[in-house]
Amino acid sequence: MNNKVLNNRAWLLVLPMLVLVAFSAIIPLMTVVNYSVQDVLGPNARFFTGTEWFHSILNDASLRNAFVRQILFSLTILAIQVPLGIGIALIMPKRGWQASAVLILITLPLLIPWNVVGSIWQIFTRGDIGLMGWGLRELGINYNITRNAGDAWATIILMDVWHWTPLVAMLCYSGLRSIPEAYYQAARIDRASKWAIFRYIQLPKLTNVLVIAVLLRFMHSFMIYAEPFVLTGGGPGSSTTFLSQSLATMAIGQQDLGPSAAFSIIYFLVILLVSWVFYTTIMHMQKDKNPHGGA
Amino acid sequence: MAEITLKGLAHSYSKSPSSHSDYAIRQMDHVWHQGGAYALLGPSGCGKSTLLNIISGLLEPSEGDVLFDGHRVNELPPEERNIAQVFQFPVIYDTMTVYDNLAFPLRNMNTPEYKVDPKVREIADILDLTPLLSRKAKNLTADEKQKVSMGRGLVRDDVSAILFDEPLTVIDPQLKWKLRRKLKEIHERFNITMIYVTHDQLEASTFADKIAVMYDGQVVQFGTPRELFEKPAHTFVGYFIGSPGMNFMSVSHQAGKVMFGELPLPVNEAVSRSVAAAGSSNIKLGIRPEFITVSQTPEANSVPIEVVNLQDLGTYSLLSFTLNGQLFKARLPEGHAPVGDAAHAVFSDQHIALYVDEYLVEIGHE
Repeated sequence: MNNKVLNNRAWLLVLPMLVLVAFSAIIPLMTVVNYSVQDVLGPNARFFTGTEWFHSILNDASLRNAFVRQILFSLTILAIQVPLGIGIALIMPKRGWQASAVLILITLPLLIPWNVVGSIWQIFTRGDIGLMGWGLRELGINYNITRNAGDAWATIILMDVWHWTPLVAMLCYSGLRSIPEAYYQAARIDRASKWAIFRYIQLPKLTNVLVIAVLLRFMHSFMIYAEPFVLTGGGPGSSTTFLSQSLATMAIGQQDLGPSAAFSIIYFLVILLVSWVFYTTIMHMQKDKNPHGGA
Repeated sequence: MAEITLKGLAHSYSKSPSSHSDYAIRQMDHVWHQGGAYALLGPSGCGKSTLLNIISGLLEPSEGDVLFDGHRVNELPPEERNIAQVFQFPVIYDTMTVYDNLAFPLRNMNTPEYKVDPKVREIADILDLTPLLSRKAKNLTADEKQKVSMGRGLVRDDVSAILFDEPLTVIDPQLKWKLRRKLKEIHERFNITMIYVTHDQLEASTFADKIAVMYDGQVVQFGTPRELFEKPAHTFVGYFIGSPGMNFMSVSHQAGKVMFGELPLPVNEAVSRSVAAAGSSNIKLGIRPEFITVSQTPEANSVPIEVVNLQDLGTYSLLSFTLNGQLFKARLPEGHAPVGDAAHAVFSDQHIALYVDEYLVEIGHE
């Protein structure tokens, strides 16, 4: 069935893009690779270290813990934000001024810069002047994000849900709007229940936007830095220190360029791997499982 | 099984309709008999889809009643009306197999699986979908998808009518006739009332026994394809049916003559008398292109014409000419003698139709 003409000159057409990508991604990445295999002591003093930095990073217990926390964090916010986002999109008004009003309201958190979000929540959760911190204390709940790791975690997750669920909701909303009215009409005639409509019409039609939403949210959350850094500073202890913060401490705080370059590469590969696994799984699920054979 | 009656039905999308133009459907009475194959034919925006959605229950009419076998169903939602509808774009449940798609309406009614299976297989067999039963519906071609959406209507035993909303729009031309034949076959086999909305006169006349032509929110004529061609009840039907459509001349009666602008038309006494008796300022004479004969030399009752062009369409030639500054079309048989720039036309008297205020008026032939 393959009658495609082989013509290697077509590669030339890809060349401009390749140059662009080289400058935007490959060359910067290569400098990191360069650092990761050397110990740079000064402009003229550098030693080749091979995979030594990689070994030390992979065996670093505190980084492993940060990695586990990071995974836990990303999975938690995905588990909350995706269903919540779908739910919000489903109950959003479909037309009229209400639709516009709700859209604007819901988008507001997305417009706030990361560290401002952190600051807002930092103040919000303070026991003395913060509405939430003060309110919870008045209710007799012992809530303190600087002392209590559980509180810090819950607050960071709440903050991320507040900040980013709108993105999922908006993507789902646009996905829902693109479903032709005839589908709903046909479903009514077929006497489908509300659940069946969701399960067999809305959810399948949302698959594509959900893939984007989950990938974006995974990558975003896996790289989360400014918000928890401002809110908790990674504490109490290191209970909310995520990977990017560990990396920043290592690279900027301690100037350990070699190990942090190795760390960056591992970090990058993990995100790439997870995204790839996720994407292929979803795409595979959509394929016709049994294209031949009888029912 | 149902006879569908529309009684004093009208529909407007605006909340407080004041003038004619606010109505998508103007007041009408109509009966669709049980087991008939009907087409609802009209141009885009004439209200035919609105009418279909009112019948299926997706829309509630603002005035009048919809009766199924004499029972008022205005407020009944589609799921309680026992109808099936096939839409312009095939609606299928992407993630399900063809089998599950067909079984879906039955399962929604909690039909036990041992009853679902034979029914699904029976319908799949009729629609030639059996080899595809285990395929995901998403990967089918457009015509297969359209058959699946039709099949979902047919699996239910209680279906009394199937409504089609331009179902062949997205189907390849060479598959259209196949699917249309399938529809016919199903109609004969199940004795179901079928209403088929289309803007294609060929599609309508090959599918339907009777065609309702809609124009501007009204059914202007309801008849067999032959009646629509031979006796268009409204100028729009004359113009819309036939290829090309009817030629119309605005005429008046002056000094005992039928005048087309400044030109006296050589029509017979009966036509002349009917025009004189019309009593309206909107009088038109219609003549189909098939019934105009053209010759090079003047003949009895001919009028001089200016030929614009002649198109050879294979089995016939289409002549465009102007008379009194207005463009006319005439169908000339194959092998017709060539005509020059100036020629003469004869309008066959017994095929001239009279329209007063756009509606057909019988000419009292003696």
